[in-house]
Amino acid sequence: MRNMDRREFLRLCGATGATISLAEALKPEIAAAFAGPKGGKPPVLWLQGGSCSGCSIGLLNSVSPEIAEVLTGVISLNFHQTLMSAAGEQAMHVLTDVQKKYRGEYVLIVEGGIPLAADGKYATLGEKGDQPIAFSKWVKDLAADAKAIIAVGSCAAFGGLPAAAPNPTGSVPVSKMVSGKTVINIPGCPSHPDWVLGSVVHLLKFGMPELDKHGRPKVFFGRCIHDLCGRRKAFDRGEFATRLSERGCLYKLGCRGPMAFADCPERRFNNGTSWCVAANSPCIACVEPEFPDKTGPFFERMPEYGPEGTFIPERKPAKLTGGNK
Amino acid sequence: MRQIVIDPVTRLEGHLKVVVAVDAGKVVKAEVVGTMFRGFEKILAGRDPRDAIFLTQRICGVCPADHATASALALDDAFKAEVPDNGRLLRNLMLGANYLQSHITHFYHLSLPDYVQLPEMAPFTPHYTGDFRFNKAANEKLADHYFQALVIRRKCHELVAQFGGKMPHLASIIVGGTSQNANADRIKAAKGLLEEISTFINTVYEEDVRTIAAAYQDYFKAGKGSGRLMTYGAFPMDAAGRQKLFARGIFAEGKISALDPAKITEDVSHAWYQAQSGGQPAELSTQPAVDKKGAYSWVKAPRYDGTVVEVGPLARMWMNGMYQQGISAMDRIVARMLEAKLMAGALDRWLNELDLGGKCEAAVEIPQEAEGVGLTEAARGALGHWIKISGGKIARYEAVVPTTWNASPLDVAGQHGPIEAALLGLEVPDADNPLPVVRVIHSFDPCLACAVHLITANRPMTEFKI
Repeated sequence: MRNMDRREFLRLCGATGATISLAEALKPEIAAAFAGPKGGKPPVLWLQGGSCSGCSIGLLNSVSPEIAEVLTGVISLNFHQTLMSAAGEQAMHVLTDVQKKYRGEYVLIVEGGIPLAADGKYATLGEKGDQPIAFSKWVKDLAADAKAIIAVGSCAAFGGLPAAAPNPTGSVPVSKMVSGKTVINIPGCPSHPDWVLGSVVHLLKFGMPELDKHGRPKVFFGRCIHDLCGRRKAFDRGEFATRLSERGCLYKLGCRGPMAFADCPERRFNNGTSWCVAANSPCIACVEPEFPDKTGPFFERMPEYGPEGTFIPERKPAKLTGGNK
Repeated sequence: MRQIVIDPVTRLEGHLKVVVAVDAGKVVKAEVVGTMFRGFEKILAGRDPRDAIFLTQRICGVCPADHATASALALDDAFKAEVPDNGRLLRNLMLGANYLQSHITHFYHLSLPDYVQLPEMAPFTPHYTGDFRFNKAANEKLADHYFQALVIRRKCHELVAQFGGKMPHLASIIVGGTSQNANADRIKAAKGLLEEISTFINTVYEEDVRTIAAAYQDYFKAGKGSGRLMTYGAFPMDAAGRQKLFARGIFAEGKISALDPAKITEDVSHAWYQAQSGGQPAELSTQPAVDKKGAYSWVKAPRYDGTVVEVGPLARMWMNGMYQQGISAMDRIVARMLEAKLMAGALDRWLNELDLGGKCEAAVEIPQEAEGVGLTEAARGALGHWIKISGGKIARYEAVVPTTWNASPLDVAGQHGPIEAALLGLEVPDADNPLPVVRVIHSFDPCLACAVHLITANRPMTEFKI
């Protein structure tokens, strides 16, 4: 197979639901093209802060490519608390070893929020001379020498759940800990494995993917869920469900599709099985920086919404939405 | 005497550190430390009660279906919602399928590297060395199953997503039932997935557990812990919920007795929270206290009637009378596998009981003032959610989760939590490679993101019960 160019790769990334897409881009001969330092696989450090591990578990659900192939043939996942064999000091040495040995060559992935309140004591990792080391310190140190920094999931990208009001732990996203470097944000609660792996591969093979104003790769987050939704026609016809288990558009039952940018309706989750609206459940805009404080209450119709500066008429636009609740 | 600090203990959910002191080859001191805190209950206050089902799932990406279930039960209770049969069955199916995902992930991906040597590459290197007992052929076979199981656990999630929209963090469990109903296509797809998963469980998983158990028989004598077990019961088998797949009970001092939820209390004497003596809740006591003297963990210490109890699959199989051979690290692994077999059969039954055209969702209205409690069983053990609604909003929300019971620190009476108790007396011949320590900890399948909550001190949990 010939080597793939960036345009073709992006096309495959966008080719959702098909059995091709990312797996195609990761055929071994292509994988060889982005071999890491010293001919080995590119080293990846995956840190978990104020997280639920949902993005890690979601990554394990990857099907194109299968996660086993990713682990053994594509990247060298040197540090990942849920998967690595090493524990304790042995595990912590991996972090410092990779930082020293592969300065400027490793990819740093962060999952979860970074709590800064109480001197960072709300999340610690490892210790130095009996004193626990704040998670925030690891992020800052490792980001300084990373080839690239990826914030996976809405907590790391935008703050997400731990940073929701009243933000008891003073959690901040990764971008607040890093200066002078671009952070690739892959939000979602959790993020889709294709979004994560597709972005990693783009980064390794073609460099920085094109990002939107929130730092999200446009190939995955460039289109509005409302526009991609299978129930958009019902919305246009004014067919609104009055209860979740009914047919019809869920707009009046709280769906945040109109304010959410991601390809969920086409890509679907769990090997293309389904997604929230297909399960009659309103989109909660979990990929947006406003999640969850300003994308809820989840079962109440969303307030009028548009890009910053959009003119919002006083009167509810009854015609567009098919009537008030 | 030598002190061993393992921070982080890996291959579990969340942030756990353990400190053990080894003297003459035996553990003489054990401290289990939760090292992460997010304050979920504080975040929930003031929000729309219906949102709790979505928000509390985000406590844990490993057991979201479990939190969704407990939260939905608490809300059903507060809203006085009568869940229709399809709603009950679909909830059972989603939670049950996640049990399978959780148990398979636990055995193969979190535990197996303690017993089997995986390919010499990251993330499997570096690793502890020493006590690996299989010959090359047996080791290779088990290592292959690590990768085979990655596919099977993914399919377990696909089974949940048939009815839940996606996993982790499913979308369809709502107060009063489920948003998505059963249809012929989904049932057919679910049956296909279940057949493949069941075959794996009944052949590969079962055989692999037998192989490990035979080679590591000494672990039937290690890691006993508190020796007391507790279950809330779960999976209603009929509309009235009188029959459940898992029974509720307490096993202590050699006998099983009825559980009285009024006897559940929480202790924060050794956790980083402000304590309030006298047992009455006060607003100020819901604050973390990061520099508290004598405290060493973000995990609090729930107790039953003042005693330490263990929760989890072994407790459930024990209470059901299905496995009562012993309480140890290896018994936990065996019971978890047996439970997966039982659950695979139950899922098939529930799929067959779904009524095409039956209702899945009850009409509900947000109550202005109400309280509700939801007691169920997460894959890792007894899980309870408590909600208080005031002015139509969440006034208070509390979750007491399995790992809080199992990974709890010392209490005011000086009693160790189950994992600490299981580590005390454990033989650790090689302090540089403390494999026995991680094996015993992993046998509990700890989930730390769940375990750490902002809580109210020493308050009986029945306070919110209607």
